[in-house]
Amino acid sequence: MKQINTPLDKIDIGKLEIGDKVLLSGVIYTARDRAHKRLIEAIKQHRKLPISLRGQIIYYCGPTQTPKGKIIGSCGPTTSARMDEFTPLLLEAGLLGMIGKGARSQEVVRVIKKYKAVYFLTYAGCAALLSRYVKSAKAIAYKDLGPEAIYKLEVKDFPLIVGIDTRGRSIYGKK
Amino acid sequence: MRAISAKKIQDTVAELCIRANIFLRRDVLKALKSASKKETNKRAKELLEATIKNARIAGKDKLAICQDTGMPVVFVEIGRDLKIKGDLKSAINKGVESGYIKGSLRNSVITDPILRGTPKYSPAIIHIDTVKGNKLKLTVLPKGFGCENKSQLKMFKPTANIREIKKFILDAVKDAGPDACPPYVLGVGIGGTADYACLLAQKALLRDIGIGNRQVEIKLLELELLRQVNKLNIGPMGLGGRTTVLAVNIETHSTHIAGLPVAVNISCHALRSATKTL
Repeated sequence: MKQINTPLDKIDIGKLEIGDKVLLSGVIYTARDRAHKRLIEAIKQHRKLPISLRGQIIYYCGPTQTPKGKIIGSCGPTTSARMDEFTPLLLEAGLLGMIGKGARSQEVVRVIKKYKAVYFLTYAGCAALLSRYVKSAKAIAYKDLGPEAIYKLEVKDFPLIVGIDTRGRSIYGKK
Repeated sequence: MRAISAKKIQDTVAELCIRANIFLRRDVLKALKSASKKETNKRAKELLEATIKNARIAGKDKLAICQDTGMPVVFVEIGRDLKIKGDLKSAINKGVESGYIKGSLRNSVITDPILRGTPKYSPAIIHIDTVKGNKLKLTVLPKGFGCENKSQLKMFKPTANIREIKKFILDAVKDAGPDACPPYVLGVGIGGTADYACLLAQKALLRDIGIGNRQVEIKLLELELLRQVNKLNIGPMGLGGRTTVLAVNIETHSTHIAGLPVAVNISCHALRSATKTL
């Protein structure tokens, strides 16, 4: 089991290999389909982004409503492949890590290798369990999108498996 | 004639939305536990144990099993000797809204599929059928879209053989691969029209795991497919193992001389539904 903190350190993530179990601590940002679309539009139009992407991790997640007295609701990963078309530009803009479920396109594998980034898997369909690793949560951008807003999450020992490492190797093999 | 109020229907639907999303179906939990015992791949076993733990935490903390609390699908069976006082569909949608809000579930329903907009809780997809008697049976199936996106329909030629049909079902699972939260439950609809085959496939998910189709030939086909799919080595999260599918449930219906529709509705391991008869 390896420990990793955010913002990501290039040397640390360079040591990760596919299949490694990782416990992540620090700040991560949620973004899914429409938040991605907006981030990409902003990048293309040279507008300021609502979050700085440098060294950061995006978690493909749209949590449920937060029950009274809880930090966050259920918050598992959504299917990563839907974000594939947006990933190259985000990595170019400095993003270093992604958390989701399922396989990625060949193009995403290629750009992960190019920018020495990393793609993590987390327990798919285990949203209640994963909520226990979230220590704070706040919607910080695109709030009109409801659960698709960008949330800033502070996590402690969030369980991950390395899906694609910085050398461009995928746990799902070659497609 | 027996009568039932719209308010009673609304409250029941609300209760079923919460129950379905928070408490994992007993048959699904049992299937996960049995798969975990039989699993020989170490990581697959660990991942199955995590899903079992997740179900326990969801029930204990009153949290949704999955953050994708689905597009709510509601099946209604109305006894022909029952009178409903008020508007049935609006009662169901109001019930969905209040249940989803009370249960802190997710607003995942987009009013306009093209323009999108801020997600809401309703409307639900509603299927209404009439039956004998004076009862009302309500079933809520919150269908997550990670797996719904992988559902498939194929219109076969009437002369197609069973091998081709089996291959289509197997290919649907391969196509879903690691993306839709395996181990899956497969709902298969064979016959009817294109739309009806899809409905049958979805309804097949409501049948308890382990109860085979009543028709022996179809039950054997279910078992044969289960055996074949579990050889694909997709496994939990697509990371390998013998547990790719927990069950294959097939429903059939009469069809036309010129066709043979086959639909596959893929459910993730968090197959959720709840039923109540009033």
